[in-house]
Amino acid sequence: MFVGLRERSEAIRISPSHTVIHIGAGLCSAPFLKIWRGENVSENVVLKMRGINKTFPGVRALQNVDFTLNKGEIHALMGENGAGKSTLIKVLTGVYTKDDGTIELEGKGEVAIHSPQDAQKLGISTVYQEITLCPNLTVAENMFIGREQGAFTNWKQMNANADKLLEQLDIPASATQQLSNCSIAVQQMVAIARAIDMDCKVLILDEPTSSLDEQEVEKLFGLMRDLKEMGVGIIFVTHFLDQVYEVCDKITVLRDGQLVGEYEIKDLPRVQLVAKMLGKEMDDLSDIKGEHEAYNGQDAGEIVFEAKGLQSDAGIKPFDFYIKKGEVNGFTGLLGSGRSECVRAIFGADRVIGGNVKVKGKEVKISKPLDAMKNGIAYLPEDRKLDGIIGDLSVRENIIMALQVLTGFFKPFSKAQANAFAREYIEKLNIKTASVDTPIKSLSGGNQQKVILARWLLMHPEYLILDEPTRGIDVGTKVDIQKLVLELASEGMSVTFISSETDEMLRTCSRLVVMRDRKVVGELSGDDLTQNKIMSTIAGGE
Amino acid sequence: MNKEKKSIFNKMNDTSLLLTITIVIFLLMYIGAIVIQGGGFTKPQMFFNILNANAALIITACGMSIVMISGGIDISVGGVVALVSMSCAVYLDHKGGSIIGSILIALGIGIAFGLVQGFLVAVLDIQPFIVSLAGMFFARGMTTIVNTAPFNVEDEEFNALKLTRVNVPFMGSVNKKGIYVPAYVEIGVIVALLIVVLLFLVLRWTRLGRSFYAVGGNKQSALMMGINVRRTKFLSHLICSVLAGIGGYVYFLHVGSGSASHAMGMEMNAIASSIIGGTMLTGGVGNIIGTLFGVLSLSTIQNIVASAGLDQA
Repeated sequence: MFVGLRERSEAIRISPSHTVIHIGAGLCSAPFLKIWRGENVSENVVLKMRGINKTFPGVRALQNVDFTLNKGEIHALMGENGAGKSTLIKVLTGVYTKDDGTIELEGKGEVAIHSPQDAQKLGISTVYQEITLCPNLTVAENMFIGREQGAFTNWKQMNANADKLLEQLDIPASATQQLSNCSIAVQQMVAIARAIDMDCKVLILDEPTSSLDEQEVEKLFGLMRDLKEMGVGIIFVTHFLDQVYEVCDKITVLRDGQLVGEYEIKDLPRVQLVAKMLGKEMDDLSDIKGEHEAYNGQDAGEIVFEAKGLQSDAGIKPFDFYIKKGEVNGFTGLLGSGRSECVRAIFGADRVIGGNVKVKGKEVKISKPLDAMKNGIAYLPEDRKLDGIIGDLSVRENIIMALQVLTGFFKPFSKAQANAFAREYIEKLNIKTASVDTPIKSLSGGNQQKVILARWLLMHPEYLILDEPTRGIDVGTKVDIQKLVLELASEGMSVTFISSETDEMLRTCSRLVVMRDRKVVGELSGDDLTQNKIMSTIAGGE
Repeated sequence: MNKEKKSIFNKMNDTSLLLTITIVIFLLMYIGAIVIQGGGFTKPQMFFNILNANAALIITACGMSIVMISGGIDISVGGVVALVSMSCAVYLDHKGGSIIGSILIALGIGIAFGLVQGFLVAVLDIQPFIVSLAGMFFARGMTTIVNTAPFNVEDEEFNALKLTRVNVPFMGSVNKKGIYVPAYVEIGVIVALLIVVLLFLVLRWTRLGRSFYAVGGNKQSALMMGINVRRTKFLSHLICSVLAGIGGYVYFLHVGSGSASHAMGMEMNAIASSIIGGTMLTGGVGNIIGTLFGVLSLSTIQNIVASAGLDQA
């Protein structure tokens, strides 16, 4: 038994000499043997976070969140956008400072983590979703910088260690290569190599698979299982449900900054997991259904927009899509399933690399947003601050902007006309603003959203795409916007509506395109439009 | 053939690729000057004169390169050079101070600027351009407060040091009267070359040096990888200002006078030299040897223009 374990750690040989020896020693210690035999796992807590609170201006990102990680466990951290996963991880790695709560590490008691350096020293290493390496340094440096001993860099030894590690992990790169010359997948693998080479007790993988192909994902999973056997606790964050069920032992679900619960993987079927993440129990939806049927009136119109095999460079699989006149439909799926990417492809906001598009039966080419606008398509982007408002301009200027672009800058509107337009929509949408000259950044989130909506409505589009129009705004405005959508549809406008909140979608849409893992996996309409059906389609498999 | 070339370029990182290009261009230019202009360029002393005249620029440009590699910029160096030479001149001539004292003054001014600017940039997160712009105005203003009128230093000890020449073996030439005139460099050149070698080693072989590259390459990543970004930024500005102080003294040693209009636009020459030498304004890429050749290229161009009889503007 003893010898067998040693051999195992030798065979895996994750890291250069000193770390292997350390892990080897760890394997022989008593607590590890207990895990190995499957005894008393609960006693082998490696990380314990209790009552974590974190507030950003205006948002309670984490409220009293508890998290427990055992030795030799792969623990999935799940939740929708804004659930607090990233915040929790950033608190753990010292990027953010927590307001409240305790973090305990095995053998160290309560610890204070104020910076990523602190976390590294305590044996917490992290692979972030976005690659946090320096593209101007070599592969070897990226693996070892920030954790070398002494004031000098020993290039020879560093390169040798890096080459060894690259070979063991089967990464197609050389130690002396500059990182920017490597592909994104290789860069991600280098980040992983860096993380596991550290003498870590806790390994955090924040969406490490988003830029890897299937084979590389398999390789990563193999690696994770090896590390697990060595007693490393792994926190795994991903949006891919299949991957969770393939590799994880436990799941902790967060929603709206609060802990929903911690579950053994075998106790939580997919549908249940999706329900927990979305915050809907399987049964409480009769009332929504009734409300929905009231709006299921129009469906017999001509097809306004049709796409066949549309594909953009944002990584979604080719998809077919159509919308009829006066129809409200939507894309649904978990965050990261490719909802936004689909509509961005329709609007030409991402580079379209395949497929053809027909507007009212006529084939057109949409390669940039202006093409889409000329074809009567309007798009309200997901990220209001980044893609939508221009903060220092007035409400009036923000409203007439799209129409101005469409008519051309050499035919400016008179001020009176612009004011008239602005006033019309301020009244129509009930926008609360001091005057048309108020800078938009001083408005509340909901009112900003309405201004942007007004911008697109002024264009009188035939097809309006709303990507998360209700995110981060108060309930009253949400209802206003939903009502408006249905009103517009009854006037003959086609609307595609995307929202993270499924009941909103059910209330407004008469047809839903369901997505999973960047692929369209189903289409629901009529009687199939229920919370249960959506969840089981999203979960798939079972 | 083509394939082979490509693989060599792939193997090189950005820094060494740019360095090679700089050196090749400099050599081609210098050989071109010898062939086309002849005259002074055929004599080795011409090359050493370029070094003599630009030792201070080499030192300040090295500091500038370090700041630029770590993603910042420092446009106060010209002002610091002027302030150092004026202060040292006043100290030596009006106060009857010693050489050692004047050197300490130069270092002190450099350290003071480095500490303040480093603090403002690294701790308070103010844009380095804004900070060093203020630093530049402050230094220029202080220079005129120390003394308004330009004057030459009469101190004998200092002038002896100023005229000290270090002969370069085998590089001399025979003049018209048939007398052998040895080639020489000034003390400042020795200091500059020592600093170039030292900084090259620091950037290449020390943890601090590699941190400069990491911070300049991607500040956020560097932080995540456990590098103390604030300290690294602080040190880059400190080093740059201290080198500006040393460069100021070398400049003073070369011109032997104090004036408020000394080293006007030197920060631009330092930035230009760094960029010619392959340091990127965006940070993360650069090399001290490249900076040395950047200074040489820049001043060779100026010399070619001057010896062609054009006004040097």
